[in-house]
Amino acid sequence: VDPLEQIKITFFQECQELMADLETGLLTLQAGEGDSETINAVFRAVHSVKGGAGAFGLEDLVRFAHVFETTLDEMRTGRLAADDVVVKTMLRAADMLADHVAAAQGNGAADVERSEGLVADLVALTQETPAPLPAPVAVPDFEPATGADEFGFTPMQVSIEAPLEGFDFTPPAAAGWRVRFAPKASMYAKANDVTPLLRELERLGPCAVQLDTDALPAFDAMDAEGAYAAWTVELASDCAREAIAEVFEFVDGDCDLSIEPMAGASAAPEPELDIEAMLALARKPGPAVPEGQVQALIDQIVPAAPVSLEAPPPRVQVAAAVTAAPTTATAAATQSTIRVDLERVDRLIDLVGELVINQAMLAQRVAESGVPRSSHVMVGLDDLEQLTREIQDSVMAIRAQPVKSVFQRMPRLVREIASMTGKEVRLVTEGEGTEVDKTVIERLTDPITHMIRNAIDHGLETPERRLEAGKPAEGVVRLAALHRSGRIVIEVGDDGRGIDRPRVRQIAIDKGLIDADLVLTDEEVDNLLFLPGFSTASTVSDISGRGVGMDVVKRSIQSLGGRISITSVPGKGSTFTMSLPLTLAVLDGMVVSVGDQTLVAPLTSIIETLQPKPADVRTLGPTSRVIAVRDAYVPLLDIGAVLGWRGECPNPSQGVCLLVESEGGGRAALLVDAIQGQRQVVIKSLEANYQQVAGIAAATILGDGRVALILDVDAAVALRNSRPTRDEAPPLALAS
Amino acid sequence: MSETDIQTAVNDARRELVSFRVGEQEYCVDIMSVREIRGWTPATALPQSPSYVVGVINLRGAVLPIIDLNRRLSGVPVQASARNVIIVTHIGHRLVGLLVDAVSDILTVADDLIQPTPDVACDTVKSFVRGVIAMDGRMISLISLDRILPDVEAEAA
Repeated sequence: VDPLEQIKITFFQECQELMADLETGLLTLQAGEGDSETINAVFRAVHSVKGGAGAFGLEDLVRFAHVFETTLDEMRTGRLAADDVVVKTMLRAADMLADHVAAAQGNGAADVERSEGLVADLVALTQETPAPLPAPVAVPDFEPATGADEFGFTPMQVSIEAPLEGFDFTPPAAAGWRVRFAPKASMYAKANDVTPLLRELERLGPCAVQLDTDALPAFDAMDAEGAYAAWTVELASDCAREAIAEVFEFVDGDCDLSIEPMAGASAAPEPELDIEAMLALARKPGPAVPEGQVQALIDQIVPAAPVSLEAPPPRVQVAAAVTAAPTTATAAATQSTIRVDLERVDRLIDLVGELVINQAMLAQRVAESGVPRSSHVMVGLDDLEQLTREIQDSVMAIRAQPVKSVFQRMPRLVREIASMTGKEVRLVTEGEGTEVDKTVIERLTDPITHMIRNAIDHGLETPERRLEAGKPAEGVVRLAALHRSGRIVIEVGDDGRGIDRPRVRQIAIDKGLIDADLVLTDEEVDNLLFLPGFSTASTVSDISGRGVGMDVVKRSIQSLGGRISITSVPGKGSTFTMSLPLTLAVLDGMVVSVGDQTLVAPLTSIIETLQPKPADVRTLGPTSRVIAVRDAYVPLLDIGAVLGWRGECPNPSQGVCLLVESEGGGRAALLVDAIQGQRQVVIKSLEANYQQVAGIAAATILGDGRVALILDVDAAVALRNSRPTRDEAPPLALAS
Repeated sequence: MSETDIQTAVNDARRELVSFRVGEQEYCVDIMSVREIRGWTPATALPQSPSYVVGVINLRGAVLPIIDLNRRLSGVPVQASARNVIIVTHIGHRLVGLLVDAVSDILTVADDLIQPTPDVACDTVKSFVRGVIAMDGRMISLISLDRILPDVEAEAA
């Protein structure tokens, strides 16, 4: 793979994290809980996106990020208050920035009009006369500054750039200090860095930083570990000389430092010129060096850090390292995670699954061989079992992720829907740290998105209606996650009008979904919402009226082995609760025998098991049979016959029935020969090496090493109508 | 695949083939597509599957479908027993086990020894046999595995 492409992929991965940080920060500010560190974090996020984008020449992204960053900087320096209006605009800008990132990644195009509108809004916030759009700032000239930031110049950037952007840059007041600071190689050798020093200096007051590259030798004469750059900082502060000296306390002796009071109003030097000069210098190869050699050097550096040529030479080595993990030092300190290819984790999980199976097989074989229970071998095997279980739990924990990654997409959704529907909505999230398997997380987004849409579109009233009802104009949508008895429970609630049951009932009757004279409990009426083809919105809206209703949500949750339920109080709001397994890699199943085969039925779909009495079984029509379960007749299906393993079992009372609830709430009794027990099984895909099989969800491997099939209850019930046996399978058309 | 295609596809050098016996006939596959050869273990039958799919077995944690090659190629089922062998092969990104009577040999064959399939009016032959090899008075058919699985066949159609 092209190394640059690889870096680009990493960049986009980081963009995702940065966008998340950005949004989290802005939301914290909105809640009024932010401090200067929050603003800095927000600024850093946008800045890093811009920096990376600049390196890859993503101009649209850079341009937008730049305006955004400029406004954020106003906030950072305290010239712009982080009030509600400002933060709301910034949240919209963050959404736009995410769109730009997506566009740069090749996922659709960013809405140019919206982007321009937000640029105008952002500029308006700073209350300057509309600054010239940054478009004229040619990106190549722009990159050096960005590149320099990669090495940690973040806080300084503004001062260098401000004059470029036509900002009203106030020159340092008369009373100021000129600090000249030239690090020696020994300073870098002691792992000291210029950035924190400059950052400290900035705390004392506004700084104008100038990089002095006079000592910079030709490229071939450079020592990679040498120190050639010097900085001149004009500090507009009336602080004591000691305060400045204190900043450099730790590098005392490792640098040349001079602190002089500034006389008169010396305007900040034109940094542009210096950068140009430095660029020219850095780009000019030494005369003695053959062209090819320089190119080779450049090639070495460029893939890792396309901008490091422009960087101060002493930092070249560091630069490569920094680019590999271009988050700032602050961010690095808070995270101790590693990025691992998911495939490797999956492979590990597979292997551990095999280990568990193997351990079970071994234990079974040893037990069969008649070794006494108290023998060392058995004791050792018990330990091994304990250990394998622990390994399995730990490995599964690797894949577990907090639901935060899904939850943090929701604020944006809420904002968009709120503005589309003209409703005021506040999203409250709880339990973001609740962990669940990655495979489950990936499939949570759609149902949650849909449920939130519904909550805002159908659940919440308009602000006027809310005020009439004596509620605050702003509606609340609550999204919560929690662990409950080995499952994850996700709740989406609103404080809206609640389900209008008479109307729901009427619609269901109008659409022919239920009979007009059917008596239903409140709960049953609520569940009508899950019927296919049901939609209560009187106007089919752009938001939730796309013909996909709650039935789709219910089905996708069921396909994950989950259940969904509603509670609703008229006038107070509704809550949708879904409960899902923590992982899709293991399943709690009931192991049953059917003929000479062993099957696993998912425990979640089984309501109860019962022993059929001959008197309870009735024949309906020529072949169909039903069984009486507490006065209700439920279809009786012989699983062995449904799957084509044998003919219809003549005597159901010899077997056991599993009463299951299938899709749409219909019940059925599945007849099996015997129940072997409940077990947690590792799910193995049939599709990996074969294909999907009707009536079968997946496979697993039991303790005896044999493959057992996991029943897909819904599909098996649906199969009852068409019941071809194995030998009646349709002949295969031999395509030529 | 037309004959000229076969010629161009197999034009280079020599290749190694694993030959095996299925019923009365001898077949071979490219050795590169064979991952391992293992003994027969009872398979778990799959519902709603073509008759030549014997079922699935556990291959160190993976679920491996087993194809009864005799039934697939000639329609006659093998009475699988401990004497049978399973050739585990790569077909695309899948692993598939072929149930055969016995593995007989590993042949090194120059490409020009592979003759085009004689033009017989049999769909099975047209679908699976890519060429025949005459060796020591035996005829060994070189088979293509691409269409062994039912769904792969559907995709090709």
